[in-house]
Amino acid sequence: MQGAFREHQQALTGCGVESVQIRRPEQLADVDGLIIPGGESTAIAKLMINYDLFERVKELGEKGMPIFGTCAGMILLAREIEGSDQPRLGLMEIKVRRNAYGRQVDSFEEDLEIPVLGKEPFRAVFIRAPQILEAKNNVEVLARQGEKIVLAQEGNFLAAAFHPELTDDLRLHKYFLEIVKKSIA
Amino acid sequence: MGEKGTWTVKKGLAEMLKGGVIMDVTTPEQARIAEEAGACAVMALERVPADIRAAGGVARMADPTVILKIMEAVTIPVMAKVRIGHFVEAQILEELGVDYIDESEVLTPADEHHHINKHEFKVPFVCGARNLGEALRRIAEGAAMIRTKGEPGTGNVVEAVRHMRLMMAEIRRLQNMPKEELMSAAKEMSAPYELVVQVAETGRLPVVNFAAGGIATPADAAMMMQLGADGIFVGSGIFKSKNPAARARAIVAATTHYKDPKVLAEVSRDLGEAMPGLEIATIAPEQRMQDRGW
Repeated sequence: MQGAFREHQQALTGCGVESVQIRRPEQLADVDGLIIPGGESTAIAKLMINYDLFERVKELGEKGMPIFGTCAGMILLAREIEGSDQPRLGLMEIKVRRNAYGRQVDSFEEDLEIPVLGKEPFRAVFIRAPQILEAKNNVEVLARQGEKIVLAQEGNFLAAAFHPELTDDLRLHKYFLEIVKKSIA
Repeated sequence: MGEKGTWTVKKGLAEMLKGGVIMDVTTPEQARIAEEAGACAVMALERVPADIRAAGGVARMADPTVILKIMEAVTIPVMAKVRIGHFVEAQILEELGVDYIDESEVLTPADEHHHINKHEFKVPFVCGARNLGEALRRIAEGAAMIRTKGEPGTGNVVEAVRHMRLMMAEIRRLQNMPKEELMSAAKEMSAPYELVVQVAETGRLPVVNFAAGGIATPADAAMMMQLGADGIFVGSGIFKSKNPAARARAIVAATTHYKDPKVLAEVSRDLGEAMPGLEIATIAPEQRMQDRGW
């Protein structure tokens, strides 16, 4: 719809997987998993609502379709958004803070330890990035940047505050594809 | 803390704006209307290009108060313009914390020979271009995003179309060239050889390329997207029209669904009057904004 969809598609192609850009609800029938890219969460949510994608994605998510949200996508997955009543899918029991690091001049990249991806650190690009303030119940914390939670999983949902699609490291996309494979097995 | 202001981070924000609409606004109220309509960013200005064109005289960076108020009003990224070559205006905007700087031909140039060395800044820059050579020169200076110049403030899309078509044609031409011809192509278009080679190999600009300058209707926006733009800037087109909120929403929808005539037909209805347009031939050569910069 809006955001870094091209980069995600390149990453998926790199993993040997086919992908389509979803703009209309009927297209959702053809996919096994969904990535909600970085972009502006307010703009993406508006477009999803206006073109009947919002409720459809929520329904499919509740039925177990794997969804990977990066940055804005993570905000849309969250149940709670600090100080905001903007629309969200609310599929994950997490509370997030938008623009948690400040404005663009505070955007940064850093090596993260992500144990589920192996020993090699993961170069994470944070752009006007959010943070997870609280992760409840069944949410598994997969990575922290300092004290802050920046990668989490709850069942078939994966949320990253950073942008794995902006680097050549495909490990996180492959990790998500494993979730998708298990869900259709 | 990690590394700030890297090329990945600067270019990355532009990638996030892709498929979206960036709207010129002059007040916090307009900024909120833009955000509410689904804009992916706003450009904070004292006057929109049509008014700058009408007023004449020297147009400069906006008053920081205007920019700060708009930054407080919305959560989406806020951009602001500096005069071509005016690196101190850029230092001021970086200090204010704007998310993107537009080194723009809409304002009166401060330097007729040199653009800003954009590598020196942590904040990313977007620059206008009429052709591939100009785009690659700006990228070599550090621009992390490119837009067509078009002819700002006219409500006439013809120049933006010309610039986008030319850029795409030049990219296709490079793609089809044997490698030994790329050096003389670089010489002809006065562009750095390394970037020319990169474009020839990848078939696209190394950064995001938006359309700007004269876009006034949803159809204009969708046309620019079909011609290969990554997203849309609308300057005067929204807040100089009769019903800004409806037009803003329609242009956002048209930019997303640019290949879907059904949606385009739907959103083009009942928008009220568009901004008044200007025939390019009636603009005196020295009034043409696109010829500012090189």
